[in-house]
Amino acid sequence: MKSHGEPVHALFEKAFAGERRSIGQLLSVIEQGGDQADSVTEMAHTFTGKAHIVGITGAPGSGKSTLTGQLTRISSEAGWKTAVLAVDPSSPLTGGAILGDRIRMDDLAGEETFIRSMATRGHSGGLALAVPAAIRLFDAVGYDPVIIETVGVGQVEVDVAGTADTTVVVVTPGWGDAVQANKAGLLEVADIFVVNKADRPGAKDARRDLELMLDLGHISGLNDQNEFRPPIIMTNALHGEGTNEVWKNIKEHGEHLHSSGQLEQRQSNRIHLEITNRLNRVIGEVASSVLETKAGRELLKSVASREISPSEAAKQLAAKVLK
Amino acid sequence: MADKKIRILLAKLGLDGHDRGIKIVARILRDAGMEVIYLGLRQTTGSIVAAAEEEDADAIGLSMHNAGHLTLGPKMVDAISGAGLDIPLVIGGIVPDEDVADLLSSGVTSVIGPGASAEEVVAIVNGAIATRERK
Repeated sequence: MKSHGEPVHALFEKAFAGERRSIGQLLSVIEQGGDQADSVTEMAHTFTGKAHIVGITGAPGSGKSTLTGQLTRISSEAGWKTAVLAVDPSSPLTGGAILGDRIRMDDLAGEETFIRSMATRGHSGGLALAVPAAIRLFDAVGYDPVIIETVGVGQVEVDVAGTADTTVVVVTPGWGDAVQANKAGLLEVADIFVVNKADRPGAKDARRDLELMLDLGHISGLNDQNEFRPPIIMTNALHGEGTNEVWKNIKEHGEHLHSSGQLEQRQSNRIHLEITNRLNRVIGEVASSVLETKAGRELLKSVASREISPSEAAKQLAAKVLK
Repeated sequence: MADKKIRILLAKLGLDGHDRGIKIVARILRDAGMEVIYLGLRQTTGSIVAAAEEEDADAIGLSMHNAGHLTLGPKMVDAISGAGLDIPLVIGGIVPDEDVADLLSSGVTSVIGPGASAEEVVAIVNGAIATRERK
């Protein structure tokens, strides 16, 4: 495979000076994981905390990429140096992926925007570690805002978009009724709703169902600590209709986070999640290795012969790790 | 070290709109375990180079079906080296046998002609990437 001959700190210096290719190479290092990726995180961390992190999520085909493309254009035209991290699923069978989000962001190639496609890759927790690290790099080298686009399927994908400063959830007419709206955990992470493809039949119904869901949340007191009622914006992202309003609302939400002090809370939640994920990985590796020891294999046999239960075996192994 | 995925950029350069072939190739390479960054139609040499930098691509694949390969192939080679990049360029599509030598001598790494099987496509792409690894 391609080897990046240059040491990570040299790449970081060039990335910091704005060299696009070095940023691209560092993102690959981050995706690879391991010690090299950790050292990128270490170098970047102190320079972070400036970027407005925007998550965009929704069902496949709802128009996330098109909307992201429009928002990136609006944002860069307004003078913001915008980065996009577009996450697409890897095939669970072959590990390959077709990363097609750039097609919808076609007219954006320019000095002030940076678009990176990222595949979810199979390995457990990889995405949960790679996305925060990539955001951190973008933030450190001066991108603001950083937009993360993920499919709203799977807990990790919802988590990475849902722990942004501002989370935009995209739905389309006909995506489901009010019952679905109450079921879907995806909707609970929204700061802004976008009903895209609003020229299609059923757009008003989709809006009404979302309003109803928000009303109910208000009644049950869920929204009390968060006085910001998520606005619902109707768009036709393909033709750029309503997209300026989405951008305006994203900025307003960002200001609301600042003035209400919620920004610190969000950042702290995000750091909490990231440390938890890293801790799980570190401990998980140790735990898996314990299972491969002689004692571990014997416990496995005891479970297979019905002498002890899997939970008892796990407790005994945990006691070995934690002593 | 975790497994390093091959990341290949696929694009149509210029006004050639025949994209059935490149979509099939994208699927073939995905099924071979590669990460395919698909840029689609009407790309320029500049947009392809910028994307290759941002995506840290291991290879660039162009699909050509309108006889523009002898003009556009060398232009793409120049754009890649002009940006200081060392990324193999694979051209696939309707390329007559007699044009292959010209393309290769202009700096195109490999050519995938009509009728190539899925296995051949994967092998040629892997081979093109391997030529850079050895440098």
